[in-house]
Amino acid sequence: MSLPIAGTVGPSAYWYLTRATGTVALILLTLSVVLGVIDVQRYTTPRAPRFVVDGMHRTASLLAVVFLIAHILTAALDSFASIPLIDAVLPFAGSYRPLWLGLGAVSFDLLLAIVVTSLLRRRLGYRAWRLTHWLAYGSWPVALLHGLGTGSDVKTSWMLAISGGCLALVLTSICVRVVDGWPSRPPARAAALAAAVCFAGGLALWLPSGPLGSHWAKRSGTPPSLLAPSRRSSG
Amino acid sequence: MTIATKRLSINWIACEGHGMCAELLPERITLDDWGYPIIDDQPIPPELEAHARRAANACPTFALTLQRTQARRG
Amino acid sequence: MSSVDGPGTLPRIFAGVRTQGPMTLSRHLRIHGALPTFDHRDAASGLLDELERSGLRGRGGAGFPIAIKLRAAAASRGRAIVVANGCEGEPASQKDRLLLERLPHLVLDGSLLAARAIGAGEVVIAADESDRHAVRALDRALRERTYLPQAGPPIRLIPVPRGYVSGQETAVVNFLNGGPAKPTATPPPIYERGVKGRPTLVNNVETLAHVALIARHGARWFRELGTHAEPGSILVTLTGAISHPGVFEIESGASVASLMNAAGGPTSPLRALLLGGYAGTWVPAGIGDDLALSSDGLVNVGASLGAGIVFALPASACAVAEITHVARWLAGQSAGQCGPCVNGLDAIATALERLRSGAGDELALARISRWAALTSGRGACAHPDGVGRFVASAIGVFASELAAHARRGPCRACLQPRLLTTPFAPSRRAAA
Repeated sequence: MSLPIAGTVGPSAYWYLTRATGTVALILLTLSVVLGVIDVQRYTTPRAPRFVVDGMHRTASLLAVVFLIAHILTAALDSFASIPLIDAVLPFAGSYRPLWLGLGAVSFDLLLAIVVTSLLRRRLGYRAWRLTHWLAYGSWPVALLHGLGTGSDVKTSWMLAISGGCLALVLTSICVRVVDGWPSRPPARAAALAAAVCFAGGLALWLPSGPLGSHWAKRSGTPPSLLAPSRRSSG
Repeated sequence: MTIATKRLSINWIACEGHGMCAELLPERITLDDWGYPIIDDQPIPPELEAHARRAANACPTFALTLQRTQARRG
Repeated sequence: MSSVDGPGTLPRIFAGVRTQGPMTLSRHLRIHGALPTFDHRDAASGLLDELERSGLRGRGGAGFPIAIKLRAAAASRGRAIVVANGCEGEPASQKDRLLLERLPHLVLDGSLLAARAIGAGEVVIAADESDRHAVRALDRALRERTYLPQAGPPIRLIPVPRGYVSGQETAVVNFLNGGPAKPTATPPPIYERGVKGRPTLVNNVETLAHVALIARHGARWFRELGTHAEPGSILVTLTGAISHPGVFEIESGASVASLMNAAGGPTSPLRALLLGGYAGTWVPAGIGDDLALSSDGLVNVGASLGAGIVFALPASACAVAEITHVARWLAGQSAGQCGPCVNGLDAIATALERLRSGAGDELALARISRWAALTSGRGACAHPDGVGRFVASAIGVFASELAAHARRGPCRACLQPRLLTTPFAPSRRAAA
């Protein structure tokens, strides 16, 4: 793993923390999706009745939010790349890898909508809550793309393993639901399956020439002042 | 004299048979052959009230509610 | 000048009705007299008091004292709407369609009176859309009335899709609000918020016909017939193995035997009576004769008159085939909104079908009884309760026939055409 040699400031603890909390958040969000599917599929065991699965799903989601807040704060505090706090909710307006960072903001916005509507469920009513909750199927892939596009560890084997594992879990969850007959209308089911497969396929096709390819830092929009002077690629 | 009692009430159209209510209040709720709740109609005594409230809050579709009813006795 | 006079005589509603065709407005006015006017200030409350004194109960099946219903609607906030409910989804009942086809002016009078009594701003006549005679008769009657001097709230005729549960109060209101003709979960009750969010009074058309007569002749006249708790006359549909089946106007509390006599008696020895329609109760024929046709009279045998329906099952018919056929049809008539109904009724029907064909096991009856008991009070409307009642009483009355079918399978009488008819297809349920 090569360290970026940029300017006179070395990588701070914040930089490591933001990457770590981001990774943990991705794992927690994956867990939340998996638990959510277990919940809605009504898979229970005597030791894990429905209300337990439901509680774990909620806990994983809230923990993910906590780690995301830490992820955002540490990213903003780090002086390596100037990432203002507003970039966490306002997508594509920043200077550091605007597209890929912006996807993180999009994912976070969607997640906030889901969490807030869930906390205010009683007041908003069942239908509003249910419709908003489906945004989860949008928030997760966008979060993964954000991680792959901005993550400086994306080329490492452990990061690839985590990303791949999380993707496999979410794909499996979607397949479980589709096989069980969700969404209820066959065209929607086919579309859901197609979307999942296309996403995974597209990812596989894009990764080698994208984040795993050369000069990704430059291509993804890192401000030139932060790029390593040597033409060796930074992670 | 009027006695205010608390009773469980179900909106049967909203109920989808998730069954969390029966998990959280087995003293008063059991499930039928298809996973839909069978409610014991007795009023909820104070010692069960917290559990009943938790069961009502756990219902994903808000089908279960805890209602305050007035009953006249004597 | 009314021709209905003398203490306690019949016919009242059926006075002057001809064998065919709707009664014209002029004939209606000749026979019953003019619609009472309400010029003075206390007229509305006067009518409410009179209806309360009359003890008139709803004729749609629930038997609720209508003065209470009227007062509740009058007391709620907002300009009320009166709905005359002629949506008779019950195949064994013909009285509501008869009233609308032959005596539309009685129903319209009653609706207007109820509207005035509670200060309603609008009247809706809800009729079964498949009954073209009724729709046509009402149309014509409304046109005849445009020449009447008295103004009243506007009356609209709304045809409603036919269905067993479509005539349920909240289902009618749901349909009038633009939704499907399916029951809704109350609260709030419809007398507080119903059609267009306004207090809504839904009354069976027969109830309103009685209102039209009580307003003319008074509570004391009304009470000259019937029992103290359930006064007046009632319309009863009598079908089955009867010489002259049809709709009869009888005194509330009259005996089943007197009704049968009026209809020319049974055509063959009877096995059982079904009281209250397809959502009603079976009683063995022997007990049937002495029963009084009123809620009080029937409560001891666990039955109720429902919307005034009596069906006579002959001994020559196959009881098991009849109840199985009806149970399956009723399962299909479920609105499909509540789990216990959708699942329970289907399970009962399937088990009965297996039993009829001899494929059931010895625990089948116990299972059916358990499921029938599980239907009561576990739905948005009383449809599952009715089926549970129908099946539970059938198991009690037809125990020997059920046992015989379980052992030997179909009998010869199974092949006969069904007497308990199901004139319209089960409603299509949305996929779960």
